[in-house]
Amino acid sequence: MRTISAQAITDTVARLCIEANTRLPQDVQAALDKARQEEPWPLAKNTLDLLWSNLSAAKEKGLPICQDTGMACVFVELGTDVHIDGSFEAAIHEGVRRGYTDGYLRKSIVADPLRRGNTGDNTPAAITVHLVDGDGCTITVAPKGFGSENMSRIAMLKPADGVEGFKQFVIDTVKQAGSNPCPPIVLGIGVGGSFDKVAYLAKKALLRPLDIPNPDPYYADLERELLSAINELGIGPQGFGGQTTCLGLAIEQMPTHVAGLPVAVNVSCHVTRRASATL
Amino acid sequence: MQYRITTPCTAADLAPLKAGDTVLLSGVVYTARDQAHKRILEALDKGEPLPFDLEGSAIYYVGPTPERPGEVIGSAGPTTSGRMDAMSPRLLDLGNKIMIGKGKRDAAVKEAVVRNGAVYLAALGGAGALMAKSVQTLEVIAWPDLGCEAVRRLTVQDMPLTVILDAHGGDLYLEGPAAYLEQC
Repeated sequence: MRTISAQAITDTVARLCIEANTRLPQDVQAALDKARQEEPWPLAKNTLDLLWSNLSAAKEKGLPICQDTGMACVFVELGTDVHIDGSFEAAIHEGVRRGYTDGYLRKSIVADPLRRGNTGDNTPAAITVHLVDGDGCTITVAPKGFGSENMSRIAMLKPADGVEGFKQFVIDTVKQAGSNPCPPIVLGIGVGGSFDKVAYLAKKALLRPLDIPNPDPYYADLERELLSAINELGIGPQGFGGQTTCLGLAIEQMPTHVAGLPVAVNVSCHVTRRASATL
Repeated sequence: MQYRITTPCTAADLAPLKAGDTVLLSGVVYTARDQAHKRILEALDKGEPLPFDLEGSAIYYVGPTPERPGEVIGSAGPTTSGRMDAMSPRLLDLGNKIMIGKGKRDAAVKEAVVRNGAVYLAALGGAGALMAKSVQTLEVIAWPDLGCEAVRRLTVQDMPLTVILDAHGGDLYLEGPAAYLEQC
């Protein structure tokens, strides 16, 4: 049994909140850079160049890349041989509170979905814990903006809809979203499981680096095929038209029921943020 | 084409703009998003004074991050404009001339833009650090309890924007992708 202090968790979460909001992951940067070099449509290329220069503007001033510094989605892979010295969830919320305050990040969370009212410190975090073997603790903070989150969709398709129905649902989601989610977008796609699990799979898919395909060749092919179909829609950067509509997508699958084919598409943008640390 | 526009402006100032043109906007721009729009409409219903004069105004749908000490503004890119669709036509009919945001608008907004000789301009979504560069001053002028949604008076210099809806019925979100697909 290894002991990790609640303070260490708070410190780490606070640091990751700031890091994720001010520095784009290397794989997302690389995908944006490649897209702007390969974009043939002048207005689209110019737009991608401006999005690229935003990254240096953020770096120069220590500003968040995007003003929607998001809901703090915190994923923890916690070893079963770890003992937390203190309250685990309270430590994470405190980390978010500190990170968003000290980092001059925007407080975007309301205390109640219907009665509203800003909590003032961006808490609570949306925490997902996954128990793993061993005595490690890996924390990922993935702040999620709602311009793109609002364009996400879930469907309980019929098994007979099959892979064609699955692909059509993903493409329809992108078409419906159009310019709203700040294209070029990134997609996390879940397929299988149950109503709740498929949404989790879609969110989890956004954590996978864009240059790592699904380990199952069938799904890796589907990822490539969908990416190319989406980039033929012509929506383009910011919806102004062009080749670059989607920078990358990931599919996560799991077993499901004989009667079902759940599909979820979690829409994200060119500012797809995540930062991790292992304690 | 690129145009330099200074607020406040008239329908005549905006008439040359076409969907797909770029604009460098200077002058005063007011920030208002979901909750501020709701309160502006409530104030209108009650006949109370508004935080700013709508005539010729530019409204930016933005909730910036808090400014660091010594800085004018934090990160300040646009939010999704569609959430303001139900409220925008009334403001346009009362003199608002420029809306700044990102994403699709509904048919009622498009009609109100044409009816009033107004425009809907896009700021770069997700490029908050870049958009912040053109902001020279900031003052919270109403409803500070709304935090990032409070109404701010900004003065901007050469804010880079793209015309989405023009006063003649043009819509870049339809025309841009169509033009790209046509040449493919």
